[in-house]
Amino acid sequence: MKIFIPRESTAISLGAHDVAQAFTDYSSQHNIDISIIRNGSRGLYWLEPMIEVETPQGRMAYGPVESADVASIIEDITNNILHEKQPAHSLALGLTENIPYLKKQTRITFARTGIIDPISLADYLALDGFKGLQKSLELSTQEIVTTIVDSGLRGRGGAAFPTGIKWQTVRDATAEQKYIVCNADEGDSGTFADKLVMECDPFMLIEGMIIAGLAVGADQGYIYLRSEYLIADEILQQAIEIAYEAGYLGNNICNSGKTFNLEVRLGAEAYICGEETALLESIEGKRGLVRFKPPLPALEGLFGKPTIVNNVLSLAAVPFIMSEGSHSYQQYGTNRSRGTLPFQLAGNVKQGGLIELPFGSSLKDLIDEFSGGTASERPIKAVQVGGPLGAYLPTNKLDIPLDYEAFSKASAVLGHGGIVVFDDSVDMLEQARFSMEFCVVESCGKCTPCRIGSTRGVEVIDRIKNDERRAENMALLNDLCDTMVDGSLCAMGSMTPIPVRSAFTDFPQDFYLTTQVNNHD
Amino acid sequence: MQIELSSPLSSVENIIDSLKNKKGSLLPILHAIQKEVGYIAPQAIERIATKLKQTPAEIHGVISFYHQFRIAPPSDYQIQICRAEACQSRGSRQLEEHAKDLLNIDYHEMTNDKKFSLDSVYCLGNCATGPNIRVNDDLHGRISNEKFEQIIANLNSKSK
Repeated sequence: MKIFIPRESTAISLGAHDVAQAFTDYSSQHNIDISIIRNGSRGLYWLEPMIEVETPQGRMAYGPVESADVASIIEDITNNILHEKQPAHSLALGLTENIPYLKKQTRITFARTGIIDPISLADYLALDGFKGLQKSLELSTQEIVTTIVDSGLRGRGGAAFPTGIKWQTVRDATAEQKYIVCNADEGDSGTFADKLVMECDPFMLIEGMIIAGLAVGADQGYIYLRSEYLIADEILQQAIEIAYEAGYLGNNICNSGKTFNLEVRLGAEAYICGEETALLESIEGKRGLVRFKPPLPALEGLFGKPTIVNNVLSLAAVPFIMSEGSHSYQQYGTNRSRGTLPFQLAGNVKQGGLIELPFGSSLKDLIDEFSGGTASERPIKAVQVGGPLGAYLPTNKLDIPLDYEAFSKASAVLGHGGIVVFDDSVDMLEQARFSMEFCVVESCGKCTPCRIGSTRGVEVIDRIKNDERRAENMALLNDLCDTMVDGSLCAMGSMTPIPVRSAFTDFPQDFYLTTQVNNHD
Repeated sequence: MQIELSSPLSSVENIIDSLKNKKGSLLPILHAIQKEVGYIAPQAIERIATKLKQTPAEIHGVISFYHQFRIAPPSDYQIQICRAEACQSRGSRQLEEHAKDLLNIDYHEMTNDKKFSLDSVYCLGNCATGPNIRVNDDLHGRISNEKFEQIIANLNSKSK
């Protein structure tokens, strides 16, 4: 009997290790031969820990499983599944591939996630692993860059800058040393797609970084990983070691004579280090203070050298694009948002998880089709998309298409694709206050409007709450938002006003307002 | 005091020597020291500064920038509650009040017996299964008040 139990952090946080132990114990006590594979998660988080059993028809799933369920699940497998009968257990989910949540997705970047053992090179190779690298080794550097440009891939970290253009700039720069930096400081609330890549399919990220190195002539890569992701660190370290041993990393990649070395560097709990220039400062061993731009990191980045800084998901999309061609990726999506985006549905929903879809469907459809409703069974009041610097959307604005430009037009942020649902118990004044408070805690301190303005923002919101000269303080809050937007170098200070403004604009009743505030912008 | 510190300091020396030739070695050094010793003592800061040819103020500046680094010994069980939006939408605001009441401490404080400390954290990447907490290195999801009490009771029954 072959059982798959995730070694992914969400599954572990819900008891996957205990479940695996229970299977091992049962197997030795009852003398049943059970081989346990620790795979990744499929990203169907409400079902975690979700275990799967291999059958001739495909894998059959059970979830969410607790240790106490293990004996009865093994009985169900022995009595039914192994006799080609339908499972009868209350936690049985049938064939994993047929679970609608999974079936309705277009999994390209996440094609292997949850299927393979993350650190099995054989598993990776069996499912097209390193095919993109092999193709890239036959191409000129310009041909690789052109393929990425043609794919329409844009930075998945939030800013959505065209990845190919960034690569072109670094490729065209003349320097003895260039670097590839992967931004794995996934700090936005409601996001976990980077984590899933690193914990469930780490070779894909490694492959993407090697290809980036080949394309621009960089022989050193760093993955800047947030230190909260301990399990991702452990799995990445193992995968990197295996990649070195197998000759995918090091001084002679696949006998090509090309060099690429890769190292993980840990952050230390600072949200701002997800901003690319603060991240570079941090790798250099400094306080994570944001740099002025220009110079662009593509020309003067890490240690002053031309540097690609790409998000995990951008780099993870590269192997597919190189292996299948730019058109296979570019054919998905809408307008200028090409390919797929792994949306992360989180917060107060029954069925939270990873949903990879082509750009273009509406936010409302995504929530209706996948969420299963709110976990609390109360009506939805607000949805925050794009992390803590993204707008809170009221229910009458959920019809918005999932496309970078459509979100910008609505003064909202698609960002890294995190979707956090709130029910009607949420107080939007408190959420606006939290946005300012978060900025107080996480500002790097370089720009005064961000460093001090956020503290003043908390105070002003408290005065509004306590009905101290409410109208004047509302005007002040709006002014403060303008100052933060105009006077901050990076997104921390200049985008904190987005959730704040969306809160008082779209939920005026929570600010005790009878009429809508007239935004300056 | 000298004797008590001699052992951690020699391991600090070894850590610095083994990492100082990396480019941008300071964060790896600070992580390694904190992992080994539990915190980064003033004496360790002096050593790092000398070996990296920086000033102690510069090293302290880096330590104080990052929430993770500590300059004093930690509690046995460092409890972090996620305060970010996704956890809030699933009840973390109530959980934090409950945790503060139960442990009788506020954020950034330690119990008198140094067993527990309470801190906030902004996102643990477990956003579909909140509220989330972390106890030292271990992440726990779907934390109700009852589950939190259970975790504390289990830790209380352990002697560390």
